[in-house]
Amino acid sequence: MATKAARIGEEVWKSRVDKINAEVVTLTYGTIVAQLCRDLTVPNTINKTDYNAVNKELDRMGYNMGLRLIEDFLAKTGTGQCSNFRETAEMISKVGFKVFINITPNVSNWSKDSDSFHLVFEENPLADFVELPDDGRAQDELWYSNILCGVIRGAMEMVQMQIEARFVSDVLRGDDTTEMRVTLIRIIEDEMPPDDE
Amino acid sequence: DTKKDGALAAADTRPLTSLGIPATTSATQDAMHARLGALGYRVGQGLAERFSAQSPRPQTPLDVIKFLCKDLWLAAFRKQIDNLKTNHRGIFVLTDNRFPPLSKMSIDRRAGSKARDEGLARAQLYLFFPSGVIRGALSGLGIEATVTAESTELPSATFQIKTKGAKA
Repeated sequence: MATKAARIGEEVWKSRVDKINAEVVTLTYGTIVAQLCRDLTVPNTINKTDYNAVNKELDRMGYNMGLRLIEDFLAKTGTGQCSNFRETAEMISKVGFKVFINITPNVSNWSKDSDSFHLVFEENPLADFVELPDDGRAQDELWYSNILCGVIRGAMEMVQMQIEARFVSDVLRGDDTTEMRVTLIRIIEDEMPPDDE
Repeated sequence: DTKKDGALAAADTRPLTSLGIPATTSATQDAMHARLGALGYRVGQGLAERFSAQSPRPQTPLDVIKFLCKDLWLAAFRKQIDNLKTNHRGIFVLTDNRFPPLSKMSIDRRAGSKARDEGLARAQLYLFFPSGVIRGALSGLGIEATVTAESTELPSATFQIKTKGAKA
């Protein structure tokens, strides 16, 4: 399974993806985060950034991207339904991340009931050359790459999976690794509209 | 005072978009465009710094513009600017016949000139950021300029660069 996903990811990345310079992406994303940090301040302060609000906004932006991105993902990769959540994890890592940003985060730390795993990012193009603001708070409060959580959440929601995604560590904060925890909340069943005869 | 009331009344009768959300006022739109330009400016500064590090610093304004059309455009959009015109007095007009951010946009040609205008207006939104990129890159290389952009036919885009002190 893992090798099949890796093969699809590699193949699609090579032949069917329009590429863009990575540094353009890094710079643009950094600029957006910096702007959010300036815009979203704690009420009644001028320049005290509300990092929690920044995290939420990044997640929301990603969510809106994910809702649309899944369409492109399915069209490009031609993949069908995954038979279990472990397969889904492989798809996210080896096809999704590969096709859109050319990385394959490692899947690890499965929970006993296989409904939760870690994505371990050995590289992260969004965070190249990045340093967090030196205000004594960003290191503890800002999840710089939080947009990725939203993207996964939005994309999964469109294929009937409600998940929760959040970063649990980030090298930018001085942690040893950058890891995201992804947890399956529930499979969204098709619901009939009420009173639909 | 009456002026204020007038503005409020105008805001309340804003036309609704197809999504049922009130259309933005021109004031919000201007602010949004400025914001997009400012974001681009910062990206342009960074790109110019990053991609000019290995090459000798361009000496004349024309050299700077050429660097922009070739190296920077290639890095940012994977193609070069198709046409560069200048009056040799500080005004440069860059034309990209197939500007990548606009390349997937389309207009319903059967729907006539109204659809065309609407389509171009939607495309216009995507030109503020790249205009900012140009302005930022020029500033990083020592040229103060104002940049305006427009598309008269998708997917082409024209950027007019007016350097400080330019004569028309």
